[in-house]
Amino acid sequence: MTLADFWFILIAVLWIGYFVLEGFDFGVGILLPVIGRSDAERRTLINAIGPVWDGNEVWLITAGGATFAAFPLWYATMFSGFYLALLIILLALIVRGVAFEFRSKVDDPRWRARWDLAIVVGSALPALLWGVAFGNIVRGVPINADGVFTGNLLTLLNPYALLGGLATLTLFALHGAVFLGLKTTGDLRDRSRAAGVRVAIAAVPIAAAFLLVSQVAHGNAWTDLTAAFAAAALLAGVAMLLRKREGLAFAGLAVTLLLAVVTLFGDLFPNVLPSTTDPAYSLTVANASSAHYTLVVMTWVALIFTPVVLAYQAWTYWVFRKRLRVTDFSVSSAGAVIRPGGHGDSGQRPGGPSPAARSGHRQATS
Amino acid sequence: MSVLDLARWQFAITTVYHFIFVPLTIGLSLVVACMQTAWFRTRNDVYLRMTKFFGKLFLINMAVGVVTGIVQEFQFGMNWSQYSRFVGNIFGAPLAMEALLAFFLESTFIGLWVFGWDKLSPRLHLATIWLTAIGTSLSAYFILAANSWMQHPVGYRIDPVTHRAVLTSIWAVLTNSTAINAWTHVFFAALLTAAVVMIGASAWNLARGKFTDVFRKSLRAGLALALGAGLAVAITGDLQARLMDSQQPMKMAAAEALYNTASPAPFSLITIGALNGDKEIWSVKVPYLLSLIATMDPNGTVQGINNVEKAYVKKYGPGDYKPYVPVVYWSFRLMVGLGLLAALFGAIGLWLTRRRQIPRSRWFYRAALGVVVLPYLASALGWIFTEMGRQPWTVFGVLTTSASVSNGVTSSSVIISMTAFTLVYAVLAAIAIRLAFAHIRNGAPEEVPAPSDSERPPVFSY
Ligand code: HDD
Ligand code: HEM
Ligand code: HEM
Repeated sequence: MTLADFWFILIAVLWIGYFVLEGFDFGVGILLPVIGRSDAERRTLINAIGPVWDGNEVWLITAGGATFAAFPLWYATMFSGFYLALLIILLALIVRGVAFEFRSKVDDPRWRARWDLAIVVGSALPALLWGVAFGNIVRGVPINADGVFTGNLLTLLNPYALLGGLATLTLFALHGAVFLGLKTTGDLRDRSRAAGVRVAIAAVPIAAAFLLVSQVAHGNAWTDLTAAFAAAALLAGVAMLLRKREGLAFAGLAVTLLLAVVTLFGDLFPNVLPSTTDPAYSLTVANASSAHYTLVVMTWVALIFTPVVLAYQAWTYWVFRKRLRVTDFSVSSAGAVIRPGGHGDSGQRPGGPSPAARSGHRQATS
Repeated sequence: MSVLDLARWQFAITTVYHFIFVPLTIGLSLVVACMQTAWFRTRNDVYLRMTKFFGKLFLINMAVGVVTGIVQEFQFGMNWSQYSRFVGNIFGAPLAMEALLAFFLESTFIGLWVFGWDKLSPRLHLATIWLTAIGTSLSAYFILAANSWMQHPVGYRIDPVTHRAVLTSIWAVLTNSTAINAWTHVFFAALLTAAVVMIGASAWNLARGKFTDVFRKSLRAGLALALGAGLAVAITGDLQARLMDSQQPMKMAAAEALYNTASPAPFSLITIGALNGDKEIWSVKVPYLLSLIATMDPNGTVQGINNVEKAYVKKYGPGDYKPYVPVVYWSFRLMVGLGLLAALFGAIGLWLTRRRQIPRSRWFYRAALGVVVLPYLASALGWIFTEMGRQPWTVFGVLTTSASVSNGVTSSSVIISMTAFTLVYAVLAAIAIRLAFAHIRNGAPEEVPAPSDSERPPVFSY
């Protein structure tokens, strides 16, 4: 295995991290109005991903940076070629990111409804478009002898890629529903599970069809195997969801997404972006990679710091492992929390309470 | 407009916009960490309220900083694909390191800080804001190392077969003298930005007699920080100017609109005239000062634009190596002037608030609000100066801007994206500013203890 091959694997790992982690927070965003019926419920759902969504998104930024460093030609051709599709993704991610932070800052139902819509659209569009993008990467795009993409937006909207888009859209939605089943209680938990089951009715056949077409057109012996395992993990995940075992269902979906990415990258190898114009123009692991020294440097950096990142991100999930209750988020108006019993004096608690106990109700002002 | 012009405009708009939010993220994260440390040490409630007040302001700002950063990361491939192919070997490395070492750190630990008030021990919770602050400064270092490589390329060679730049020493790239200087300069500029925001927010509330216990303290702290950071920005900027004189003499000459080599060279404060080498109409000059700044010697030689141009033609072949002088000249002056004005306000304010006084004059409060915009303008102008002074190069002496732009991208695509970003960014700015003002108006009320744990929403939750 060359160092460039290793980097191909590492970039697959970064995309796995991105799909498995941001996948569920996209799903939460997509299902926000379906599962969350009242404002307090929607707030609860958003806070379920609150501490982690930004860290999840950095997997994408790292994948982008790593591609730039390790495969500059791949980065250059892909990003300039997929121009308008990326523009839509960027706009969606912008709107979605600020929506999380801004929605509870003004106490006005219309204001919140608008940001909720931004979260739904801002989550659904990238969830769809990443699948479209990967469909096109595996299938190949028109690239000329200079390594320049010669198609347009319509070139990218072919049936296979669109199927890929639907696959990621539905899988992420399912992943999000399962995650919410894991993170909430009572009604919300039941509704999450019900939504998950309904989404699964679409997700299972679409994902299976996408994997099947991928394998028929681009597969090889070992990716047939990973694709089969991906499908099996998906079925197992759905079965666990039906049995109210959300933890296992979540694991099942994570494995599904992991193996799906492995399958697609396996199908792609040794290309990184095949040319449909002439196979000789294809960008490959060998011809698109950086020079040896850059790869050596980046390998050291990745080997040392990836485990550190994984460790503190895992710790974050541990810190926020508890299920959330809707009552925790029923804020009647910005700055004032519903207080049963009309409590409200401002006496200090003696004896050095925790910061939270002191900060108490003053909440979500501004 | 050509794809090149459009791509330049889009880059300028999106980066300058990103950099409206960046300095406050860097500066205020540190300031909030210090405030929380003060509370942790003293358990004085005033510091807790201060931490929360400025912490929320910080979060509103950071949200926009984060989402506009992603655009930057993708834009190199989208609009500057030839550049990316040419320099990816080198330029990609600090970018990837920034994501892995800094972005993960800041994004993960800010999540822990926001949602962890009642989940982590006070000590651990304090650590999360410090790690966030370290993350922001670290990210600045990596991106500035990348940018500095474009200003002063080091640690590379040109591959004779592929004709692309290839990294030969990552160490040279990361310890580039330009990068170290740029980082210190930007770091103090960020602190100055945080300082004026402290001054403005505190003054607004003090003028209305609200929450004086918190805001008198934060006003004093902001004033002192403005003075200190302002001086540090001037010192580090001076160091940068000296470096620039040796690394990019054309930029220094253009910054002064100095057409002919002079020794000693005067520093031009203001010029009215065309700045194209003809005789100016009116100007104010300080004799010897430019020589002193650029060379540390009052009689030192500073090269003029025409002389540098001749040398460049000899070195790089026929062509025009002059940047657009008026923009470079004025952006430099205004950066220095506006920044120093903010530092001066710090000094005056410290005097007026000495011995626990609260100034009565309405003018003081009006000025305190006005001062807020100065470092923002200075930062934007600083970048415009740095980037436009480097023209016609993207990588100085190695790759021109016209050879950097994407091939295969149509101008209609760029027009669509530029329009979309500009509109979305304008709306975001309006909303963020509105939220920030609403938050400042709300002030820093007393902490109200919770009746029981069950109905307590997490402190900063969405
Ligand atoms: C001197 C500092 C500085 C400069 C010159 C830039 N940035 Fe920046 N950037 C930051 C300092 C920073 C920061 C302080 O670290 C931010 C601001 C808000 C934030 O949360 O982090 C950030 C955020 C940020 C993010 C989002 C990170 C996240 O999700 O947490 C990305 C992808 C970039 N930036 C990328 C760039 C690129 C490609 C730039 C070059 C054109 C750039 N930034 C200029
Ligand atoms: C006496 C005051 C100052 C001096 C002498 C000074 C000097 C300089 C110089 C020479 C550069 C260009 C470096 C290069 O292109 O290689 C620069 C860039 C810059 N300046 Fe200043 N500056 C001063 C004040 C300020 C202030 C007050 C701010 C903002 C608050 C600021 C923000 C910036 C920024 C953001 C850049 C671009 C980044 C960089 O190249 O470092 N400067 N400054
Ligand atoms: C770190 C990587 C950076 C790269 C690769 C980069 C590259 C470029 C390129 C290719 C252009 C277009 C050519 C031009 O018109 O000058 C440009 C312009 C510009 N950049 Fe940078 N830049 C970087 C960082 C920054 C940052 C961080 C800022 C400020 C926040 C900045 C501010 C500007 C400005 C103001 C222009 C407009 C100048 C003009 O239109 O002539 N740049 N930069």
